[in-house]
Amino acid sequence: MEIFGIPSPAFFGQLLLGLINGSFYAILSLGLAIIFGLLNIINFAHGAQYMVGAFVAWMGFTWLGIGYWWALILSPLVVGAVAVLIERTMLKQLYKLDHLYGLLLTFGLALMAEGVFKNYFGVSGESYEVPELLQGGINLGFMYLPIYRAWVVVAAMAVCFSAWYAIERTSLGATLRAATQRPDLVQALGINVPVLLTATYAVGAGLAAFAGVLAAPIMQVNPVMGSNLIIVVFAVVVIGGMGSILGSIVTGLGLGVVEGLTKVFYPEASAVVIFVVMVLVLLVKPAGLFGKQA
Amino acid sequence: MNAMTERQRTFALFTVLIVVGCIAPFVLYPTFLMKLLCFALFACAFNLLLGFAGLLSFGHAAFFGGSAYITGYLCRDLGLSPELGLLAGAAFGGVLGALFGLLAIRREGIYFAMITLGLAQLVYFVAVQMPFTGGEDGMQGIPRGKLFGLVDLSNNIAMYFFVFAVFVGGFWLIHRTIHSPFGQILKAIRDNEPRAISLGYDVARFKLLAFVISASLAGLAGSMKSLVFQLASLADVHWHTSGQVVLMTLLGGLGTILGPVAGAFTIVSLENLLADKVGSWVEVIMGAIFVVCVLLFRRGVVGEIGALFGKKPAAGPAGH
Repeated sequence: MEIFGIPSPAFFGQLLLGLINGSFYAILSLGLAIIFGLLNIINFAHGAQYMVGAFVAWMGFTWLGIGYWWALILSPLVVGAVAVLIERTMLKQLYKLDHLYGLLLTFGLALMAEGVFKNYFGVSGESYEVPELLQGGINLGFMYLPIYRAWVVVAAMAVCFSAWYAIERTSLGATLRAATQRPDLVQALGINVPVLLTATYAVGAGLAAFAGVLAAPIMQVNPVMGSNLIIVVFAVVVIGGMGSILGSIVTGLGLGVVEGLTKVFYPEASAVVIFVVMVLVLLVKPAGLFGKQA
Repeated sequence: MNAMTERQRTFALFTVLIVVGCIAPFVLYPTFLMKLLCFALFACAFNLLLGFAGLLSFGHAAFFGGSAYITGYLCRDLGLSPELGLLAGAAFGGVLGALFGLLAIRREGIYFAMITLGLAQLVYFVAVQMPFTGGEDGMQGIPRGKLFGLVDLSNNIAMYFFVFAVFVGGFWLIHRTIHSPFGQILKAIRDNEPRAISLGYDVARFKLLAFVISASLAGLAGSMKSLVFQLASLADVHWHTSGQVVLMTLLGGLGTILGPVAGAFTIVSLENLLADKVGSWVEVIMGAIFVVCVLLFRRGVVGEIGALFGKKPAAGPAGH
């Protein structure tokens, strides 16, 4: 069977790869959106937090024998705890300043994290086993579906939609959204806004770490895995507009698929297609697809 | 409070700059100095945009590295003379800057930063794939050539004075821009954009013009670097270079005239000193400098010294 002259296993294989990349774009841009929404900080360290998440899983397994399923819980907790420390000691001082300082500080932190891991692990990368339960694959007739890859898409979507639900449909979410609008008023209602900010940063960083653990078995765990990804995620954020939680999920997933399809039909352009889409969207809608016009 | 007038201060500044620049190559290694001057010009160009117009571009490597490739191509493959190669590099930076600017200035703040970063990444991928850039190996063997067909630039001292002259020219241009009515309008936009709009200024046009000037000077700096080292490489267009120029400017002092020069001096010297001693810990040190600058002295070295002597602190992007 062929689709547009492409053998169907190759076509669906790339589509699946696109969906997987899209899942990572979605989780990461969601984390960025959550942090940006409340703290007004573009978290340049997001890629590093994703990378550290993957490394914590790898170190836990290699040194302590902690398996994948525990890593999925522990790694976000570890990274989240570090994030609490960062927020309390550094980011907190920057809220009253221009947004740019938050970006620059987190950029510096990302450089440091990347440098430290480069020194200890080199740039070649470590591999991480697919957990036993998710090994193997299913032959669907038109393509071969590795189970782990399907799991990544499902797990990522589950996390994204739970986050969406928590923010858009629960009272905690309502408080969060209120705090982005009028922190002073929410504070006056007896809600501890500084704690809310700290928790938000930790959750955002934890989401990045969760994505890192998901990525560990299918990508090389290496110190630059985050910095390469984060630039694409920034482009995704520009395209989506960071206006809504749902927007960042849909845009992330959609662009992953667009990238995957480009790989099928015109492989040379696959690395740039997201940036080309960014230019096109900016020409038509400077605020992004889901953004409110500033 | 200062006895000197503005004009006298400028005169003194340039006299000191030129005297120091003329003595330097006989005291320090000329190649190091040339690298320094290239990055100093790059940082000054960047500072014109961030320090005086309040626009954080995270894509300046595209102009720096892109122009380096253009100059390299023109001088090596088409046999252009170095002075024309530099002009073409600056022109390329300007044109690319106009394109970037048109897209980016429609958004503000961090969106502006992310858009410039994305656009620069586009240039990076083009540089990886274009046949003439040499891909991962970079473009090697760019000839320094003969200046105006007369001066042989393969001599390091001759090349140094050429680079120094270009730097002083660029620095002067930036100094003039900042102290012109145009520069005043830029500062007004930086400090209070709605007010500038309500005064009737076409803010978008001024921002775009600042972006183009900054981009062409960044391009000039990159072109110069490709002639000095006879090499244009992917590292020049990589976004780490964009980060590095932000660091230089921030460390030296946003919105100060000499800050970027001091910042470039510090970073380039640190890199030269540490590169063979601490390996890739350099990256950690650079990151730490970023963190310390943002947390402890946002005015930068020159800005803090200025504040010490009671001069009005030159604010960077609002928030002091």
